[in-house]
Amino acid sequence: MHRFVTHTHKGIAALAKIIVVTSGKGGVGKTTTSASISTGLARRGHKTVVIDFDVGLRNLDLIMNCERRVVYDFVNVIQGEASLNQALIRDKRVDTLYILPASQTREKEALTKEGVEAVINELSETFDYIVCDSPAGIEHGAQMALYYADEAIVVTNPEVSSVRDSDRILGILQSKSRRAEMGQDPVKEHLLLTRYNPERVEKGEMLSVGDVEEILAIPLLGVIPESQVVLNASNQGTPVILEGDSDAGQAYEDAVARLLGEEREHRFMTAQKKGFFSRMFKG
Amino acid sequence: MTQMTTDASQCFQLKSASVSLTALELYFFDEQAFEATLRDKISQAPGFFKDIPLVVSLEKYEGVSSELDFFKLIGSCRRHNIHVIGVRGGTDDHRRMARNAALALLPAAASRDAARSQEETTASDSTEATTPVTEKAPEGKPAKIVTQPVRSGQQVYAPEGDLIILAPVQAGAEVLAAGNIHVYGPLRGRALAGIHGATGARVFCQSLEAELVSIAGHYKISEDLQESGWKTAAQILLKDDVLVALPLDKA
Repeated sequence: MHRFVTHTHKGIAALAKIIVVTSGKGGVGKTTTSASISTGLARRGHKTVVIDFDVGLRNLDLIMNCERRVVYDFVNVIQGEASLNQALIRDKRVDTLYILPASQTREKEALTKEGVEAVINELSETFDYIVCDSPAGIEHGAQMALYYADEAIVVTNPEVSSVRDSDRILGILQSKSRRAEMGQDPVKEHLLLTRYNPERVEKGEMLSVGDVEEILAIPLLGVIPESQVVLNASNQGTPVILEGDSDAGQAYEDAVARLLGEEREHRFMTAQKKGFFSRMFKG
Repeated sequence: MTQMTTDASQCFQLKSASVSLTALELYFFDEQAFEATLRDKISQAPGFFKDIPLVVSLEKYEGVSSELDFFKLIGSCRRHNIHVIGVRGGTDDHRRMARNAALALLPAAASRDAARSQEETTASDSTEATTPVTEKAPEGKPAKIVTQPVRSGQQVYAPEGDLIILAPVQAGAEVLAAGNIHVYGPLRGRALAGIHGATGARVFCQSLEAELVSIAGHYKISEDLQESGWKTAAQILLKDDVLVALPLDKA
């Protein structure tokens, strides 16, 4: 496919689509989501790179099961100690997927705006999608991860503190992203609700999809059900989207499809009525 | 620069202007008590007080004259980014002290006309053109219109006129206006209307879920807003110095 390279700002080529996976709050599933979304995009034939912005708390390589293949990292590339090709790790399962790991030994301040721009710029020339896995919080690292984004996947758990933090990060996307600063079209926002447990929603122990949508007022990309499969997959270093038989895997697959513009009905949002036997034997 | 054809030699012109100001009604002065009260007030609505001009009203001052130290008072205010620009009312003694502290002298609120004649005799000709303080609301100021949600941590400020928001104001957000505030969506954050002292300002919203609502410095926090109009379309206005929330469908 032929595409024109258009230079919008100081040489950032608008070729690849840059997607940030962010949340404000920690532990809600950003890295799990980054791994699955990037894998899903790559499996559909899009050349995809996923960048770990969590300098000092490197996790993505574990989830992607490439921790033993890390030689150079993001900060090495920014500081000119390695080339991008030396640092990029090609995924063993999906050959159109690459991982740019974070540095475990540096500080987040090593990510400079110019350095990140140069790396993203270079990646833009050859990749279709650049997925930026943001660190938790709203400080420098998180701001660097979202700065160049075209789209944002805001990962939220169905509880009030997570919703509040997501709201905060949405505000930062609107005011501190490059698109905001340049007065361009705003960053396209997507809500991804993770760790959703319909039974607990019914008991009133969790916010419902409707509650969260109503508060955050952004379009829903998907609902990932709470599942033991997610934990197991993380421990084994498999992006959960590759667990095609599981609810969570299918939910991520749906989310990727919607991200690419497909219409898909939302699933896994209502409690399964347990039959007599499953209640008897599975508790 | 092209010069004005009418008066090429003049570099400025004096114009009469009306502005609404916040008045600090001082009952007595003790530096520590003053500082503590000020800090307390500011902590309740930090955005409200930033860089506002303030007039110290001395009509109800009952403390000892010797304790009234304008330099300390101005210092306290400056530390909190509040600019004391003058005093209103007060005895001749107080006003002389205020003048020594380079403050403007404004006539007392109640007996303005009587005081004005006195003012003219005491004030030197250089202060003659100072802006008169009137209760007139700002006229013809265009409203500021916001179409995006105001998110947690964001602040939207309309220094003149009304503020209209066609989206939710989220918990942890703050909206401020010199005039009225309209929120066509839920109001979950803080809304401060009439921040320059317009007591006639109101706050309107489609669902009252606010953390704090303030009109001309009178405020109520979420806890005190629960009884009336909570989570319904409501307007909040100032009635006899008390904030009242009224359902909009019965307005």
